[in-house]
Amino acid sequence: MLLVLEQALNGLQFGVMLFLMAAGLTLVFGIMNMVNLAHGSLYMMGAYFAATFLTHTGNYPLAVLLALVATLLVGVVTEVVALRTLYERDHLDQVLATFGLILFFNELVAVFWGRAALYTSLPTWLGGHLQILGIRYPVYRAVVILVGVLVALLLWVVVTRTRLGMLIRAGATNRTMVAALGVNIRLLYTVVFGFGAALAGLAGLMAGPIYAVQPGMGEQILIQVFVVIVIGGIGSIRGALVGALVVGMVDTLGRAFLKPMLAAVLSPTAAQNAGPALASMLIYLLMAVVLAFRPQGLFPTVRSR
Amino acid sequence: MRARTIALALGLLALALVPPLAGVFNQPFYIDLFRRTMIFAIAALSLDLILGYGGLVSFGHAAYLGIGAYAVGVLMHHGVTNGFLQWTVAIVGSAAVALVIGAVSIRASGVYFIMITLAFTQMLYYLGLSIEEYGADDGMRLTTTSQFGGLIDLKNPAAFYYLVLAILVLFLYVSHRMVNARFGMVLRATKANEPRARAIGFSPYGYKLTAFVIAGAMCGVAGALLVNHTEYLTPEFMHWTRSGEIMFMVILGGMGTLVGPVVGAIVLLLLEDVLSAWTTHWQMILGPILLLVVLFAKRGLVGLLPERGRDG
Repeated sequence: MLLVLEQALNGLQFGVMLFLMAAGLTLVFGIMNMVNLAHGSLYMMGAYFAATFLTHTGNYPLAVLLALVATLLVGVVTEVVALRTLYERDHLDQVLATFGLILFFNELVAVFWGRAALYTSLPTWLGGHLQILGIRYPVYRAVVILVGVLVALLLWVVVTRTRLGMLIRAGATNRTMVAALGVNIRLLYTVVFGFGAALAGLAGLMAGPIYAVQPGMGEQILIQVFVVIVIGGIGSIRGALVGALVVGMVDTLGRAFLKPMLAAVLSPTAAQNAGPALASMLIYLLMAVVLAFRPQGLFPTVRSR
Repeated sequence: MRARTIALALGLLALALVPPLAGVFNQPFYIDLFRRTMIFAIAALSLDLILGYGGLVSFGHAAYLGIGAYAVGVLMHHGVTNGFLQWTVAIVGSAAVALVIGAVSIRASGVYFIMITLAFTQMLYYLGLSIEEYGADDGMRLTTTSQFGGLIDLKNPAAFYYLVLAILVLFLYVSHRMVNARFGMVLRATKANEPRARAIGFSPYGYKLTAFVIAGAMCGVAGALLVNHTEYLTPEFMHWTRSGEIMFMVILGGMGTLVGPVVGAIVLLLLEDVLSAWTTHWQMILGPILLLVVLFAKRGLVGLLPERGRDG
């Protein structure tokens, strides 16, 4: 039972991370109608920046702040140089162009940091364990969950309670009308993109100490994030939140418990083989099931042009 | 169309001359390179059927490459070396997988379709990664190539080369007949304007799904060829960057044409070969090239050739 609780917390932690990625991706899609494969590259840049700034400054909070700013800048530069011209193009062009960006970023990272995985060490105050409900849980993962929840709340406040959020929602519904009302829509796009980049960078820098920091790390999570937003409904932040938590839980619990559960039904060798295979396929099967009943995801968005 | 037909004939003639020339200059490497190139040309051609003619932006075409390869590799692993049987399983298997993926994903459209095809391919990739029996992430060496009872020996580089060329020509011909038949017309009409195609009484779903399955089966053949070419089975065949690469071949050459994917495959793989000989960080150059092609040369290399009338 305690193991289940621990794995559930891990699932929550993974879900929170997925949400940070999904929120940016779904916003960019909702407002600019843009599929950005390079979102995973921003996640990767966030992780590398944090690792580098930490080695140079030795101060964790400062490194985090610098990494966020740096990722935001990379995002803004990418938007202005390459992606801005793609908003009016069809999805095929966007997919291919951002695929090109991924190749570029992965090699760029390999040039500067090498291909070997980087491991970041945590400051001691983040390295210990907590006692939660009778289990020992790493402080760092608990902090990740906390940060994720805070950012989700902040995002909710920004989107529903501020003028910027109002513009974002208006832009998602009808961008031509928003532009006609005198809003600088290009600036809004750049701001939203930078915002999404910073969120991806945050997810990346928090992922650093848990997973390996290496070229191509962004793509693995990117495809899981796609599953999240397809399940949640593309363009919906609420959908992204629900989808992220569901996918995070299903994936983590599946990897932890599918094998022992199968072992109770099948022979041990069969479970040994089928368990990991099925666990890694679980979220995609979940996606297929959701789509069979709700082709537009759980929270479909209505848009007009 | 005339200029393209001539270009195609010249190109195929040039490809047919590769083995003797490689023999004369004693450069067997080029047989290998161009054989690989033609195998990818087959894969790109099959993608173009649904992408260029059907408007289905499938970002998971490497899945069928993988299914074809695994059909051959897995049967080989269990001692079945009969090529006819292996390749039949490869074709039927990839068609069946395409039917399942297509049935789910064609119901969705636009960006959902892209993401779903990508996600399913990723699922198959992880499946390949996790099956220890078939090598998991290390992959698995093939004990031998597919055996065709003395009819053709794939161990003979030139013989294998001409087999791939023959299959490429056959598929080009079949595709030509298909896109100009009633079936292809409906498919293109659906791509051009789906509501209008519906209004005149066609139900696009069945046509799209059929095209999707045919493309999957064709790509399965490419997979069976590829695994015989490398004599090595690895889940990397299904890696999502492979899907992106095949898609780039189609765009680079010119989508919605039959010559385009072939040209695109040749140019991209030769470019990779040249760049990777020059620097290990060749992807850093290839990435921006891709971006520039998409931004400024959308009609691809074939778009540079004059065409006859409105016919693509």
